[in-house]
Amino acid sequence: MDLIRIKNVEKKYKNGVTAIYDLSLAIEKGSFVFVIGGSGSGKSTLIKMLYREEKPTKGQIIVGGLNVAKLKNKKVYKLRRKLGIVFQDYRLLPKLTIYENVAFAMEVIGAKKDDIRRKTLKALEDVGLKNKVHNYPDQLSGGEQQRVAIARAIVNDPKLLLCDEPTGNLDPEKSMEIMKVLDDINKSRGTTIIMATHDKDIVNRMKKQVISLKDGHLVNYKKKGTYNDEII
Amino acid sequence: MKLFRMLIRSIRDAFKSVIRNFSLSLASISCITITLIIVSIAIIASFNVQNFTKEIEKDLTIVVFLDNDATEDNVETVKNDFKRISNIEKYDYIPKKEVKEKLKKESEVLDTVLSGWSDEESPLKDTFQVKVKDVEKISKTAATIKKMDKVSAVKYGEGMIDKLITAFSSIKNTTYGVVIALILVTIFLIINTIKLTISARKREISIMRLVGASNFIIKTPFIIEGMVLGLLGSIAPVIFTTYGYLTFYKHFDGHLYSELIRLIKPEPFMYQTAIIIVIIGILVGMIGSASAVKKYLKI
Repeated sequence: MDLIRIKNVEKKYKNGVTAIYDLSLAIEKGSFVFVIGGSGSGKSTLIKMLYREEKPTKGQIIVGGLNVAKLKNKKVYKLRRKLGIVFQDYRLLPKLTIYENVAFAMEVIGAKKDDIRRKTLKALEDVGLKNKVHNYPDQLSGGEQQRVAIARAIVNDPKLLLCDEPTGNLDPEKSMEIMKVLDDINKSRGTTIIMATHDKDIVNRMKKQVISLKDGHLVNYKKKGTYNDEII
Repeated sequence: MKLFRMLIRSIRDAFKSVIRNFSLSLASISCITITLIIVSIAIIASFNVQNFTKEIEKDLTIVVFLDNDATEDNVETVKNDFKRISNIEKYDYIPKKEVKEKLKKESEVLDTVLSGWSDEESPLKDTFQVKVKDVEKISKTAATIKKMDKVSAVKYGEGMIDKLITAFSSIKNTTYGVVIALILVTIFLIINTIKLTISARKREISIMRLVGASNFIIKTPFIIEGMVLGLLGSIAPVIFTTYGYLTFYKHFDGHLYSELIRLIKPEPFMYQTAIIIVIIGILVGMIGSASAVKKYLKI
Protein backbone atom coordinates (compact mmCIF):
# COMPACT_ATOMS: atom_id res chain seq x y z
CA MET A 1 0.00 0.00 0.00
CA ASP A 2 1.19 3.48 -0.75
CA LEU A 3 1.85 5.75 2.21
CA ILE A 4 2.67 8.73 0.05
CA ARG A 5 1.21 9.65 -3.31
CA ILE A 6 2.49 12.67 -5.18
CA LYS A 7 0.71 13.69 -8.36
CA ASN A 8 1.77 16.36 -10.85
CA VAL A 9 3.32 18.50 -8.17
CA GLU A 10 4.95 21.78 -9.07
CA LYS A 11 6.57 24.18 -6.65
CA LYS A 12 7.36 27.71 -7.60
CA TYR A 13 8.72 30.02 -4.92
CA LYS A 14 7.57 33.60 -4.59
CA ASN A 15 10.88 34.86 -5.95
CA GLY A 16 10.10 33.11 -9.24
CA VAL A 17 12.41 30.11 -8.82
CA THR A 18 10.80 26.80 -9.71
CA ALA A 19 12.14 24.08 -7.40
CA ILE A 20 10.03 21.13 -8.56
CA TYR A 21 8.55 20.49 -12.02
CA ASP A 22 5.62 18.13 -12.53
CA LEU A 23 6.63 15.43 -10.05
CA SER A 24 4.60 12.25 -9.66
CA LEU A 25 5.55 9.29 -7.54
CA ALA A 26 4.29 6.88 -4.91
CA ILE A 27 6.13 5.52 -1.88
CA GLU A 28 5.11 2.26 -0.28
CA LYS A 29 4.55 1.73 3.40
CA GLY A 30 7.61 0.43 5.21
CA SER A 31 10.11 1.40 2.56
CA PHE A 32 13.43 3.17 3.03
CA VAL A 33 13.96 5.77 0.34
CA PHE A 34 16.89 8.08 -0.36
CA VAL A 35 16.23 11.33 -2.14
CA ILE A 36 19.45 12.38 -3.83
CA GLY A 37 20.57 15.26 -5.99
CA GLY A 38 22.93 18.20 -5.94
CA SER A 39 22.26 21.61 -4.48
CA GLY A 40 19.18 23.17 -6.00
CA SER A 41 17.87 19.83 -7.22
CA GLY A 42 14.70 20.26 -5.15
CA LYS A 43 15.24 17.48 -2.63
CA SER A 44 14.83 19.75 0.39
CA THR A 45 11.75 21.32 -1.17
CA LEU A 46 10.26 17.87 -1.67
CA ILE A 47 10.85 16.96 1.98
CA LYS A 48 9.46 20.33 3.13
CA MET A 49 6.30 19.80 1.09
CA LEU A 50 5.82 16.40 2.71
CA TYR A 51 5.59 17.96 6.19
CA ARG A 52 3.92 21.07 4.81
CA GLU A 53 6.54 23.61 5.62
CA GLU A 54 5.97 24.53 1.98
CA LYS A 55 2.81 24.18 -0.06
CA PRO A 56 2.91 22.91 -3.64
CA THR A 57 1.88 25.46 -6.24
CA LYS A 58 0.14 22.77 -8.27
CA GLY A 59 -0.76 19.12 -7.86
CA GLN A 60 -1.66 16.81 -5.04
CA ILE A 61 0.26 15.31 -2.15
CA ILE A 62 -1.36 12.62 -0.04
CA VAL A 63 0.46 11.50 3.11
CA GLY A 64 -1.19 8.70 5.06
CA GLY A 65 -4.63 9.70 3.78
CA LEU A 66 -4.20 13.45 4.45
CA ASN A 67 -4.32 15.84 1.54
CA VAL A 68 -1.29 17.88 2.50
CA ALA A 69 -1.64 20.49 -0.24
CA LYS A 70 -5.07 21.48 1.00
CA LEU A 71 -4.35 21.28 4.73
CA LYS A 72 -5.25 24.46 6.58
CA ASN A 73 -2.62 26.17 8.69
CA LYS A 74 -4.58 25.41 11.84
CA LYS A 75 -4.73 21.69 11.01
CA VAL A 76 -1.05 21.22 10.20
CA TYR A 77 -0.52 19.58 13.57
CA LYS A 78 -2.65 16.63 12.44
CA LEU A 79 -0.12 15.85 9.74
CA ARG A 80 2.85 16.49 12.01
CA ARG A 81 1.58 13.92 14.48
CA LYS A 82 1.71 11.27 11.81
CA LEU A 83 5.35 11.84 11.04
CA GLY A 84 8.72 12.44 12.62
CA ILE A 85 11.27 14.85 11.23
CA VAL A 86 15.05 14.91 11.62
CA PHE A 87 17.20 17.82 10.48
CA GLN A 88 20.84 18.40 9.74
CA ASP A 89 21.08 20.81 12.71
CA TYR A 90 19.29 18.51 15.23
CA ARG A 91 16.96 21.29 16.49
CA LEU A 92 16.98 20.30 20.13
CA LEU A 93 15.92 22.63 22.92
CA PRO A 94 19.14 23.57 24.72
CA LYS A 95 17.49 24.24 28.08
CA LEU A 96 15.81 20.85 28.31
CA THR A 97 17.52 17.60 29.21
CA ILE A 98 17.72 14.74 26.73
CA TYR A 99 14.78 13.06 28.41
CA GLU A 100 12.75 16.27 28.40
CA ASN A 101 13.57 16.93 24.76
CA VAL A 102 12.15 13.59 23.72
CA ALA A 103 9.24 13.70 26.17
CA PHE A 104 8.39 17.16 24.85
CA ALA A 105 7.08 15.65 21.62
CA MET A 106 4.61 13.57 23.61
CA GLU A 107 3.68 16.23 26.13
CA VAL A 108 2.55 18.68 23.50
CA ILE A 109 0.07 16.17 22.13
CA GLY A 110 -1.33 15.55 25.60
CA ALA A 111 -0.11 12.02 26.28
CA LYS A 112 -0.39 10.44 29.72
CA LYS A 113 2.57 10.67 32.06
CA ASP A 114 3.11 6.90 32.26
CA ASP A 115 2.98 6.57 28.48
CA ILE A 116 5.42 9.43 28.09
CA ARG A 117 7.89 7.84 30.45
CA ARG A 118 7.66 4.38 28.93
CA LYS A 119 7.84 5.49 25.31
CA THR A 120 10.53 8.11 25.87
CA LEU A 121 12.80 5.61 27.57
CA LYS A 122 12.10 3.04 24.84
CA ALA A 123 12.92 5.54 22.07
CA LEU A 124 16.13 6.59 23.83
CA GLU A 125 17.04 2.94 24.24
CA ASP A 126 16.44 2.32 20.54
CA VAL A 127 18.94 5.01 19.64
CA GLY A 128 21.40 3.83 22.31
CA LEU A 129 21.28 6.81 24.65
CA LYS A 130 19.53 5.40 27.70
CA ASN A 131 22.49 6.28 29.91
CA LYS A 132 22.46 9.99 29.01
CA VAL A 133 18.87 10.91 29.82
CA HIS A 134 19.82 13.57 32.37
CA ASN A 135 22.42 15.33 30.25
CA TYR A 136 21.80 18.52 28.32
CA PRO A 137 22.26 18.65 24.53
CA ASP A 138 25.49 20.68 24.69
CA GLN A 139 27.10 17.93 26.77
CA LEU A 140 26.66 15.48 23.88
CA SER A 141 28.59 14.94 20.66
CA GLY A 142 27.02 15.78 17.31
CA GLY A 143 26.23 12.16 16.55
CA GLU A 144 24.61 11.71 19.94
CA GLN A 145 22.55 14.88 19.53
CA GLN A 146 21.31 13.61 16.19
CA ARG A 147 20.32 10.35 17.85
CA VAL A 148 18.32 12.34 20.42
CA ALA A 149 16.59 14.09 17.53
CA ILE A 150 15.79 10.70 16.01
CA ALA A 151 14.43 9.47 19.34
CA ARG A 152 12.21 12.54 19.51
CA ALA A 153 11.03 11.92 15.95
CA ILE A 154 10.05 8.29 16.59
CA VAL A 155 8.69 8.59 20.13
CA ASN A 156 5.10 8.98 18.93
CA ASP A 157 5.39 5.90 16.68
CA PRO A 158 4.95 7.82 13.44
CA LYS A 159 4.30 5.96 10.21
CA LEU A 160 6.75 8.16 8.40
CA LEU A 161 10.18 9.50 9.30
CA LEU A 162 11.50 12.38 7.19
CA CYS A 163 15.22 13.10 7.35
CA ASP A 164 16.72 16.17 5.73
CA GLU A 165 20.47 15.60 5.45
CA PRO A 166 20.69 14.04 8.91
CA THR A 167 24.35 13.18 8.47
CA GLY A 168 25.34 16.51 6.92
CA ASN A 169 27.24 17.70 10.00
CA LEU A 170 28.81 14.36 10.95
CA ASP A 171 31.97 12.51 10.02
CA PRO A 172 31.67 9.26 8.00
CA GLU A 173 31.96 7.02 11.06
CA LYS A 174 29.23 8.84 13.03
CA SER A 175 27.16 9.01 9.84
CA MET A 176 27.19 5.24 9.54
CA GLU A 177 26.10 4.95 13.19
CA ILE A 178 23.12 7.16 12.42
CA MET A 179 22.33 5.08 9.34
CA LYS A 180 22.45 1.94 11.44
CA VAL A 181 19.97 3.47 13.89
CA LEU A 182 17.66 4.52 11.06
CA ASP A 183 17.87 1.08 9.40
CA ASP A 184 16.97 -0.57 12.72
CA ILE A 185 13.98 1.69 13.13
CA ASN A 186 12.86 0.91 9.60
CA LYS A 187 13.16 -2.82 10.22
CA SER A 188 11.95 -3.17 13.80
CA ARG A 189 9.19 -0.54 13.86
CA GLY A 190 8.24 -0.73 10.20
CA THR A 191 8.53 3.04 9.92
CA THR A 192 8.73 4.38 6.39
CA ILE A 193 11.86 6.48 6.06
CA ILE A 194 12.55 9.16 3.47
CA MET A 195 15.99 10.65 3.67
CA ALA A 196 17.41 13.48 1.60
CA THR A 197 21.19 13.30 1.30
CA HIS A 198 24.11 14.00 -0.99
CA ASP A 199 26.40 11.53 0.71
CA LYS A 200 27.40 9.01 -1.99
CA ASP A 201 28.99 6.54 0.41
CA ILE A 202 25.89 6.16 2.47
CA VAL A 203 23.60 5.64 -0.52
CA ASN A 204 25.93 3.13 -2.11
CA ARG A 205 26.44 1.14 1.07
CA MET A 206 22.82 1.01 2.19
CA LYS A 207 21.39 -0.32 -1.09
CA LYS A 208 17.95 1.16 -0.62
CA GLN A 209 15.39 2.75 -2.93
CA VAL A 210 16.70 5.90 -4.56
CA ILE A 211 14.86 8.87 -5.98
CA SER A 212 17.19 11.05 -8.04
CA LEU A 213 16.31 14.65 -8.68
CA LYS A 214 18.05 17.10 -10.96
CA ASP A 215 17.07 20.74 -11.34
CA GLY A 216 13.60 19.97 -10.08
CA HIS A 217 12.96 17.00 -12.36
CA LEU A 218 12.66 13.36 -11.36
CA VAL A 219 15.40 11.56 -13.27
CA ASN A 220 15.30 8.15 -11.69
CA TYR A 221 13.45 6.00 -9.15
CA LYS A 222 15.21 2.74 -8.50
CA LYS A 223 14.26 -0.06 -6.11
CA LYS A 224 17.88 -0.87 -5.19
CA GLY A 225 19.82 2.16 -6.24
CA THR A 226 23.23 3.69 -5.98
CA TYR A 227 24.43 7.24 -6.28
CA ASN A 228 24.96 7.55 -10.02
CA ASP A 229 27.28 10.39 -10.93
CA GLU A 230 26.47 10.26 -14.60
CA ILE A 231 22.82 11.06 -13.98
CA ILE A 232 23.29 13.65 -11.26
CA MET B 1 -9.17 14.90 31.03
CA LYS B 2 -6.70 15.35 28.21
CA LEU B 3 -7.54 19.04 28.02
CA PHE B 4 -7.14 19.41 31.77
CA ARG B 5 -3.79 17.64 31.65
CA MET B 6 -2.60 19.95 28.90
CA LEU B 7 -3.82 23.01 30.77
CA ILE B 8 -1.89 21.97 33.88
CA ARG B 9 1.18 21.45 31.71
CA SER B 10 0.68 24.88 30.14
CA ILE B 11 0.58 26.52 33.54
CA ARG B 12 3.63 24.62 34.69
CA ASP B 13 5.50 25.52 31.49
CA ALA B 14 4.53 29.16 31.86
CA PHE B 15 6.04 29.39 35.33
CA LYS B 16 9.09 27.37 34.27
CA SER B 17 9.71 29.66 31.38
CA VAL B 18 9.34 32.82 33.45
CA ILE B 19 12.14 31.47 35.65
CA ARG B 20 14.26 29.96 32.86
CA ASN B 21 14.16 33.13 30.78
CA PHE B 22 14.64 35.26 33.84
CA SER B 23 16.43 38.24 32.31
CA LEU B 24 13.85 38.54 29.55
CA SER B 25 11.03 38.13 32.06
CA LEU B 26 12.59 40.85 34.17
CA ALA B 27 12.70 43.17 31.16
CA SER B 28 9.00 42.63 30.50
CA ILE B 29 8.09 42.95 34.16
CA SER B 30 9.94 46.24 34.59
CA CYS B 31 8.39 47.61 31.41
CA ILE B 32 4.94 46.69 32.70
CA THR B 33 5.76 48.11 36.14
CA ILE B 34 6.89 51.50 34.87
CA THR B 35 4.02 51.98 32.46
CA LEU B 36 1.47 50.76 34.99
CA ILE B 37 2.73 53.29 37.55
CA ILE B 38 2.07 56.06 35.06
CA VAL B 39 -1.32 54.58 34.17
CA SER B 40 -2.28 54.29 37.82
CA ILE B 41 -1.32 57.90 38.55
CA ALA B 42 -3.47 58.92 35.60
CA ILE B 43 -6.34 56.77 36.87
CA ILE B 44 -6.15 58.24 40.37
CA ALA B 45 -5.95 61.79 39.01
CA SER B 46 -8.86 61.29 36.66
CA PHE B 47 -11.07 59.66 39.30
CA ASN B 48 -10.34 62.55 41.63
CA VAL B 49 -11.16 65.13 39.01
CA GLN B 50 -14.38 63.26 38.24
CA ASN B 51 -15.17 63.14 41.91
CA PHE B 52 -14.73 66.77 42.78
CA THR B 53 -16.47 68.03 39.67
CA LYS B 54 -19.39 65.79 40.56
CA GLU B 55 -19.36 67.02 44.15
CA ILE B 56 -19.45 70.61 43.01
CA GLU B 57 -22.16 69.89 40.49
CA LYS B 58 -24.23 68.23 43.16
CA ASP B 59 -24.22 71.47 45.12
CA LEU B 60 -25.60 73.45 42.22
CA THR B 61 -29.19 74.54 42.81
CA ILE B 62 -31.62 76.80 41.01
CA VAL B 63 -33.47 79.05 43.42
CA VAL B 64 -36.88 80.04 42.10
CA PHE B 65 -38.65 83.08 43.63
CA LEU B 66 -42.39 83.41 43.16
CA ASP B 67 -44.31 86.68 42.96
CA ASN B 68 -45.40 88.16 46.32
CA ASP B 69 -49.03 87.71 45.51
CA ALA B 70 -48.72 84.03 44.55
CA THR B 71 -51.59 82.00 45.99
CA GLU B 72 -51.46 78.38 47.06
CA ASP B 73 -53.13 77.46 43.76
CA ASN B 74 -50.32 79.20 41.91
CA VAL B 75 -47.78 77.20 43.91
CA GLU B 76 -49.54 73.98 42.93
CA THR B 77 -49.50 75.02 39.25
CA VAL B 78 -45.77 75.69 39.46
CA LYS B 79 -45.21 72.30 41.10
CA ASN B 80 -47.16 70.61 38.33
CA ASP B 81 -45.20 72.48 35.71
CA PHE B 82 -41.96 71.33 37.34
CA LYS B 83 -43.08 67.73 36.90
CA ARG B 84 -43.26 68.31 33.18
CA ILE B 85 -39.63 69.53 32.91
CA SER B 86 -37.58 66.38 32.41
CA ASN B 87 -34.28 67.85 33.59
CA ILE B 88 -35.56 68.55 37.10
CA GLU B 89 -34.45 65.87 39.50
CA LYS B 90 -36.19 67.17 42.61
CA TYR B 91 -37.38 70.38 44.18
CA ASP B 92 -38.00 71.65 47.68
CA TYR B 93 -40.79 74.10 48.30
CA ILE B 94 -39.94 76.68 50.95
CA PRO B 95 -42.91 78.94 51.76
CA LYS B 96 -42.49 82.54 53.02
CA LYS B 97 -43.08 81.51 56.61
CA GLU B 98 -40.26 79.05 56.61
CA VAL B 99 -37.93 81.55 54.97
CA LYS B 100 -38.89 84.00 57.67
CA GLU B 101 -38.22 81.49 60.46
CA LYS B 102 -34.85 80.67 58.96
CA LEU B 103 -33.84 84.29 58.67
CA LYS B 104 -35.05 85.04 62.17
CA LYS B 105 -32.89 82.33 63.54
CA GLU B 106 -29.88 83.63 61.67
CA SER B 107 -29.72 87.04 63.33
CA GLU B 108 -31.39 89.09 66.01
CA VAL B 109 -31.57 92.20 63.84
CA LEU B 110 -33.48 90.37 61.16
CA ASP B 111 -35.70 88.87 63.84
CA THR B 112 -36.83 92.29 65.03
CA VAL B 113 -37.23 93.69 61.52
CA LEU B 114 -39.19 90.73 60.24
CA SER B 115 -41.43 90.56 63.29
CA GLY B 116 -42.76 93.99 62.25
CA TRP B 117 -44.44 92.55 59.18
CA SER B 118 -47.43 90.33 59.18
CA ASP B 119 -47.51 87.36 56.83
CA GLU B 120 -49.59 89.30 54.29
CA GLU B 121 -47.28 92.29 54.10
CA SER B 122 -44.09 90.29 54.15
CA PRO B 123 -41.60 91.29 51.44
CA LEU B 124 -40.31 87.73 51.41
CA LYS B 125 -41.23 85.43 48.59
CA ASP B 126 -42.20 81.79 48.36
CA THR B 127 -39.21 79.92 46.96
CA PHE B 128 -38.28 76.63 45.37
CA GLN B 129 -34.87 74.98 45.48
CA VAL B 130 -34.53 72.97 42.30
CA LYS B 131 -31.88 70.33 41.61
CA VAL B 132 -31.29 69.35 38.01
CA LYS B 133 -30.25 66.05 36.51
CA ASP B 134 -27.87 67.40 33.88
CA VAL B 135 -26.01 70.49 35.02
CA GLU B 136 -24.86 71.26 31.51
CA LYS B 137 -28.47 72.17 30.71
CA ILE B 138 -28.95 74.18 33.90
CA SER B 139 -29.22 77.55 32.10
CA LYS B 140 -31.86 76.21 29.71
CA THR B 141 -33.90 74.78 32.56
CA ALA B 142 -33.58 78.06 34.47
CA ALA B 143 -34.83 79.96 31.42
CA THR B 144 -37.85 77.66 31.09
CA ILE B 145 -38.71 78.10 34.76
CA LYS B 146 -38.37 81.86 34.47
CA LYS B 147 -41.05 81.96 31.76
CA MET B 148 -43.56 80.24 34.04
CA ASP B 149 -46.53 82.09 35.45
CA LYS B 150 -46.00 83.84 38.80
CA VAL B 151 -42.25 83.24 38.78
CA SER B 152 -40.54 86.49 39.55
CA ALA B 153 -36.85 85.57 39.55
CA VAL B 154 -34.52 82.64 39.03
CA LYS B 155 -31.01 82.46 40.45
CA TYR B 156 -28.33 79.85 39.83
CA GLY B 157 -25.03 81.71 39.64
CA GLU B 158 -25.39 82.23 35.89
CA GLY B 159 -22.19 83.19 34.01
CA MET B 160 -19.64 81.81 36.45
CA ILE B 161 -21.42 78.48 36.79
CA ASP B 162 -21.83 78.12 33.05
CA LYS B 163 -18.11 78.61 32.53
CA LEU B 164 -17.26 76.24 35.37
CA ILE B 165 -19.47 73.54 33.90
CA THR B 166 -17.93 73.80 30.43
CA ALA B 167 -14.50 73.69 32.02
CA PHE B 168 -15.44 70.58 34.02
CA SER B 169 -16.76 68.72 31.04
CA SER B 170 -13.62 69.41 29.03
CA ILE B 171 -11.43 68.42 32.00
CA LYS B 172 -13.37 65.15 32.26
CA ASN B 173 -13.01 64.41 28.58
CA THR B 174 -9.30 65.21 28.69
CA THR B 175 -8.68 62.89 31.62
CA TYR B 176 -10.58 60.10 29.86
CA GLY B 177 -8.47 60.70 26.76
CA VAL B 178 -5.22 60.70 28.73
CA VAL B 179 -6.04 57.47 30.55
CA ILE B 180 -7.07 55.69 27.36
CA ALA B 181 -4.01 56.96 25.49
CA LEU B 182 -1.75 55.83 28.33
CA ILE B 183 -3.31 52.38 28.39
CA LEU B 184 -2.83 52.07 24.63
CA VAL B 185 0.81 53.16 24.91
CA THR B 186 1.26 50.61 27.69
CA ILE B 187 -0.20 47.85 25.56
CA PHE B 188 2.04 48.85 22.67
CA LEU B 189 5.17 48.95 24.84
CA ILE B 190 4.38 45.68 26.53
CA ILE B 191 3.55 43.94 23.26
CA ASN B 192 6.93 45.00 21.94
CA THR B 193 8.84 43.82 24.98
CA ILE B 194 7.02 40.51 24.99
CA LYS B 195 7.61 40.20 21.25
CA LEU B 196 11.32 40.44 21.97
CA THR B 197 11.15 37.74 24.61
CA ILE B 198 9.13 35.53 22.31
CA SER B 199 11.30 36.04 19.27
CA ALA B 200 14.16 34.77 21.40
CA ARG B 201 12.11 31.59 21.60
CA LYS B 202 11.19 31.24 17.93
CA ARG B 203 13.10 28.01 17.84
CA GLU B 204 11.08 26.53 20.65
CA ILE B 205 7.85 27.46 18.91
CA SER B 206 9.00 26.05 15.57
CA ILE B 207 10.01 22.79 17.26
CA MET B 208 6.64 22.61 18.98
CA ARG B 209 5.01 22.95 15.60
CA LEU B 210 7.26 20.31 14.10
CA VAL B 211 6.41 17.72 16.71
CA GLY B 212 2.68 18.25 16.21
CA ALA B 213 1.56 20.69 18.87
CA SER B 214 -1.68 22.39 17.94
CA ASN B 215 -1.73 26.18 17.84
CA PHE B 216 -3.87 26.21 20.96
CA ILE B 217 -1.26 24.23 22.88
CA ILE B 218 1.56 26.44 21.65
CA LYS B 219 -0.26 29.66 22.48
CA THR B 220 -1.62 28.77 25.92
CA PRO B 221 1.68 28.68 27.87
CA PHE B 222 2.73 31.97 26.30
CA ILE B 223 -0.59 33.58 27.15
CA ILE B 224 -0.43 32.30 30.72
CA GLU B 225 3.15 33.50 30.88
CA GLY B 226 1.99 36.94 29.72
CA MET B 227 -0.63 36.95 32.45
CA VAL B 228 1.96 35.97 35.06
CA LEU B 229 4.29 38.72 33.83
CA GLY B 230 1.42 41.21 33.94
CA LEU B 231 0.53 40.12 37.46
CA LEU B 232 4.13 40.36 38.67
CA GLY B 233 4.51 43.69 36.92
CA SER B 234 1.47 45.14 38.64
CA ILE B 235 2.64 44.40 42.20
CA ALA B 236 4.99 47.36 42.47
CA PRO B 237 2.51 49.87 40.96
CA VAL B 238 -0.20 48.70 43.37
CA ILE B 239 2.04 49.15 46.40
CA PHE B 240 3.41 52.44 45.08
CA THR B 241 0.04 53.99 44.36
CA THR B 242 -1.65 52.72 47.51
CA TYR B 243 0.99 54.08 49.85
CA GLY B 244 1.57 57.11 47.66
CA TYR B 245 -2.10 58.06 47.69
CA LEU B 246 -2.47 57.42 51.41
CA THR B 247 0.46 59.72 52.16
CA PHE B 248 -0.83 62.29 49.70
CA TYR B 249 -4.31 62.18 51.21
CA LYS B 250 -3.00 62.54 54.75
CA HIS B 251 -0.60 65.30 53.82
CA PHE B 252 -3.32 67.46 52.27
CA ASP B 253 -5.91 66.44 54.84
CA GLY B 254 -8.40 65.24 52.25
CA HIS B 255 -8.70 68.34 50.11
CA LEU B 256 -6.54 70.39 47.78
CA TYR B 257 -6.14 74.19 48.31
CA SER B 258 -9.73 74.78 49.29
CA GLU B 259 -12.61 72.81 50.79
CA LEU B 260 -14.10 72.84 47.32
CA ILE B 261 -11.62 70.36 45.86
CA ARG B 262 -12.20 67.28 47.96
CA LEU B 263 -10.08 64.15 47.42
CA ILE B 264 -11.62 60.72 47.29
CA LYS B 265 -11.31 58.84 50.58
CA PRO B 266 -8.58 56.17 50.28
CA GLU B 267 -10.98 53.41 51.31
CA PRO B 268 -12.39 51.66 49.34
CA PHE B 269 -11.05 53.75 46.45
CA MET B 270 -7.53 52.34 46.73
CA TYR B 271 -8.75 48.73 46.66
CA GLN B 272 -10.76 49.45 43.55
CA THR B 273 -7.80 51.14 41.88
CA ALA B 274 -5.52 48.26 42.85
CA ILE B 275 -7.92 45.76 41.30
CA ILE B 276 -8.17 47.85 38.14
CA ILE B 277 -4.37 48.05 37.87
CA VAL B 278 -3.94 44.31 38.39
CA ILE B 279 -6.61 43.59 35.80
CA ILE B 280 -5.02 45.97 33.30
CA GLY B 281 -1.63 44.33 33.94
CA ILE B 282 -2.95 40.82 33.41
CA LEU B 283 -5.01 41.73 30.35
CA VAL B 284 -2.22 43.68 28.73
CA GLY B 285 0.27 40.86 29.37
CA MET B 286 -2.19 38.40 27.90
CA ILE B 287 -2.96 40.48 24.81
CA GLY B 288 0.74 41.22 24.37
CA SER B 289 1.74 37.55 24.42
CA ALA B 290 -1.15 36.41 22.27
CA SER B 291 -0.44 38.94 19.56
CA ALA B 292 3.31 38.38 19.74
CA VAL B 293 3.10 34.60 19.41
CA LYS B 294 0.56 34.74 16.59
CA LYS B 295 3.27 35.72 14.15
CA TYR B 296 5.07 32.43 14.60
CA LEU B 297 2.04 30.22 14.14
CA LYS B 298 1.95 30.61 10.38
CA ILE B 299 4.15 28.62 8.07
